Amino acid sequence: MTRSPADVVIIGAGVVGAAIARTLAAYSLELVLVDAAADVGTGTSKANTAILHTGFDAKPGSLESRLLSRGSGRLREYASAARIPVERTGALLVAWTPDQVAALPLIEENARRNGYLAVRPLAAAELYAREPALGPGALGGLEIPDESIICPWTTPLAFATEAVAAGVRLSLSTQVTGVAAAGDGAWELVTTRGPLRGRWVVNAAGLGSDTVDRMFSGGGFTIRPRRGELIVFDKLARTLLRSILLPVPTARTKGVLVAPTVYGNVLLGPTAEDVPDRADVATTAAGLRSLLAAGRRILPGLAAEEITSTYAGLRAATEHADYQIRVDAGRRYACAGGIRSTGLSASLGIAEHVAELLEEAGLTLKPRPGFTASPPVMPYIGEAGVRPYQDAAAIAADPAYGQIVCHCERVTGGEIRDALASPVPPADLGGLRRRTRAGNGRCQGFYCGAAVSRLLAGGTRAGAAAP
Amino acid sequence: MSACVVVVGAGPAGLSAAAELRRLGAGPVLVADREPEPGGVPRHSWHTGYGLRDLRRVMTGPAYARALVSAALAAGAELRTGATVTGWTTGPDGTHTVTLTSGRGVETVPAAAVLLATGCRERPRTARMVPGDRPAGVMTTGELQQRVYLGGERMAGRALVVGAEHVSFSAALTLAHAGADVVALVTGHERQQSYAAFRFGATVRWRVPVWTSSAVRRIAGRGRLEGVEVADVRTGTARFVPCELVVFTGDWIPDHELARLAGLAMDPGTRGPVVDTTLATSLAGVFAAGNLVHAAETADIAALSGRHAARHIATALHGGLEGGPAPGLARGPGARAAAGTVPVLVEPPLRWISPNAIGSGAPPPLGRFVLRSAGFRRGARLEVRQDGRLLARTRPARLIPERPVHLGAGWLARVDPAGGPVRVISGVAGRE
Repeated sequence: MTRSPADVVIIGAGVVGAAIARTLAAYSLELVLVDAAADVGTGTSKANTAILHTGFDAKPGSLESRLLSRGSGRLREYASAARIPVERTGALLVAWTPDQVAALPLIEENARRNGYLAVRPLAAAELYAREPALGPGALGGLEIPDESIICPWTTPLAFATEAVAAGVRLSLSTQVTGVAAAGDGAWELVTTRGPLRGRWVVNAAGLGSDTVDRMFSGGGFTIRPRRGELIVFDKLARTLLRSILLPVPTARTKGVLVAPTVYGNVLLGPTAEDVPDRADVATTAAGLRSLLAAGRRILPGLAAEEITSTYAGLRAATEHADYQIRVDAGRRYACAGGIRSTGLSASLGIAEHVAELLEEAGLTLKPRPGFTASPPVMPYIGEAGVRPYQDAAAIAADPAYGQIVCHCERVTGGEIRDALASPVPPADLGGLRRRTRAGNGRCQGFYCGAAVSRLLAGGTRAGAAAP
Repeated sequence: MSACVVVVGAGPAGLSAAAELRRLGAGPVLVADREPEPGGVPRHSWHTGYGLRDLRRVMTGPAYARALVSAALAAGAELRTGATVTGWTTGPDGTHTVTLTSGRGVETVPAAAVLLATGCRERPRTARMVPGDRPAGVMTTGELQQRVYLGGERMAGRALVVGAEHVSFSAALTLAHAGADVVALVTGHERQQSYAAFRFGATVRWRVPVWTSSAVRRIAGRGRLEGVEVADVRTGTARFVPCELVVFTGDWIPDHELARLAGLAMDPGTRGPVVDTTLATSLAGVFAAGNLVHAAETADIAALSGRHAARHIATALHGGLEGGPAPGLARGPGARAAAGTVPVLVEPPLRWISPNAIGSGAPPPLGRFVLRSAGFRRGARLEVRQDGRLLARTRPARLIPERPVHLGAGWLARVDPAGGPVRVISGVAGRE
């Protein structure tokens, strides 16, 4: 890796780092995007509630609020161009106690102060008219019509794909373990794959952002991982609801929600538990039990449905309520850390903000000659649009799109082949799942586990053999 | 394409039904299966014992699958593999149109009748809510057997099998065959539930212990499986068992997606569609057979269930034709299943009964109902009652979880078609 220093090294290829990479790629800059993991988007980005927030409930005046309202609109447009699955289901915030009913006007006022004006109060009867399967006892609520569900996997992949196409060097399985100031005005990063030099460094290391920050003498925050366990219900439960069903939030957490997913399932979660271990994404008996209890209250019909999957993710919470975003011009270092649970929705807003801060600090942002930013067209893995198995023309052109390999999710051999040959290919079965949904369904591999593994092994072997 | 009988699933039930439909002159029969090869689960189940009650000879799973495929083809059924039923509409006149997706494209097939024979699968670890990490090395028997017998994979390391029923011992045999060292079979029940002859291979030849009253409470390992926490279900005492593989066996659930999407009435016990004794569902012209309606019976029982449904489909098609070119089976037995049937319910410890509706006096497959119990009972006498009236009482029998319990059908004639549900209870019994 001894070559002339890059202009900017971005540490962390989660949704925030990848968004920063694709945003900076519009300028005449040599960029490197590194991640400790073998794939993009494997930390907080992959395991969350998959909601594209409006930011109606953010703290007014906070950076999070500003970047959410700026970023969520951008992401909505970007998703439509890149074929990232998004469904504008709207959300209903449901009050179950008189105290919660009393809090509704405050939440509505809070949304207005955030510049979001479409919130509308709903009487209990309207709630049940909209969501007939809602559990008994709802007293009233709010409608937030623009809350949407999104594919959290395609989003960072689209950013990374766009960045790579624009010339960004993506270096995976590359953990930054230290830093030394190099002689010619550039940083030299010590990584598990050798030294890496860059004039500027952007820290988007998510759960590791405080560790990286200390390498650059920051140290203004400490990540306190907050684990969220979630339960994914069978697609046959999808008819139980239309909107995202939100609880009245507390100071600590947004609480347990029930939401449809863009893959046609129903999601229940998350729990909120501070854990010491930054890699502890295990589910717990107590966590799952508490979610089922909450689910029974919110949507009793869930109890009769099968569970497809359970998982846990870690939010990069800190001792501060707001994002930790700042630039140190003297050190040529930017930090985009402490992005708790709204990073997906705000990602493009964060990226633009970081680019502006970098420019103010002295990084020259000269548009790349002849470059027009264009979102890549990603393989579509949502349920709202047409998937390859449903596309007679696609199958006629290429029979592999009619050969369903993963039956539960209806993933075809053609899609698996395409994912393995894509510019940012999967490193393992999990990566293939996030690109195609193969193996994500109700049977969890009973039918297709062996076949999908064989295709992955064949594809990665073929990839390794290619020049 | 002219209307034919569409059979969904080329496993033992579907293939046997197809051969029987052709033999009875029920017209063209199309069997669709989403897998690349026909045969269903027996394709990748290499132990012997298949074919006993339907083909009257004993063979391995793959040989049995080949025999059923040959019989269906020889009878003139059309077999389409790699073809998934991705849509289904029922017209206002009761005719069915099935959408088939395959490498050949998206086709619509008009169906004079539909037989659902989509089988069943094992609940995976997630559906059983076993918490912990999500490492590789955790699978079901279905995945294990496909990896070993269809993919030729070796399985190295220590393996734990969750379950101690028939299929669990089959998984243990597969693991041993593939090179793994089976540590134990784990069951929450007080004892194993397989047949003596079958468990002989696993427990005696390979000295595999069965840990009873035990449950896997947590999965540990980041990336690769490191081990599991096994708890005594009576005391809660837990210990860590290092292993590289965990196979979740049994805990069957019918593959009922199509049945539910078609809006068929579902049985809360079997979780398959409600079927009467002719195996007609609640939707006219739609029948269901095999392990979709009794998950899981042995393959030969599933095959005989398919044959049974085929005979009633053939009868219904002939009946429909008598009244002129009647669309579908609007007046066949299926039509009665929707409205004029009497539900058959069970009470704990019984978990389910199949068939679970009575629409006519037709006897059920093999002349008997099949049930499952959630607990062990010795000397249990099953009682059949309708509106408090005793219709039948069986001789004392043993109830063993995950093992079939049979109930004769001699009482069917005494059911009042206008009466309330028929209830089957486990009467006077001693706890084992």
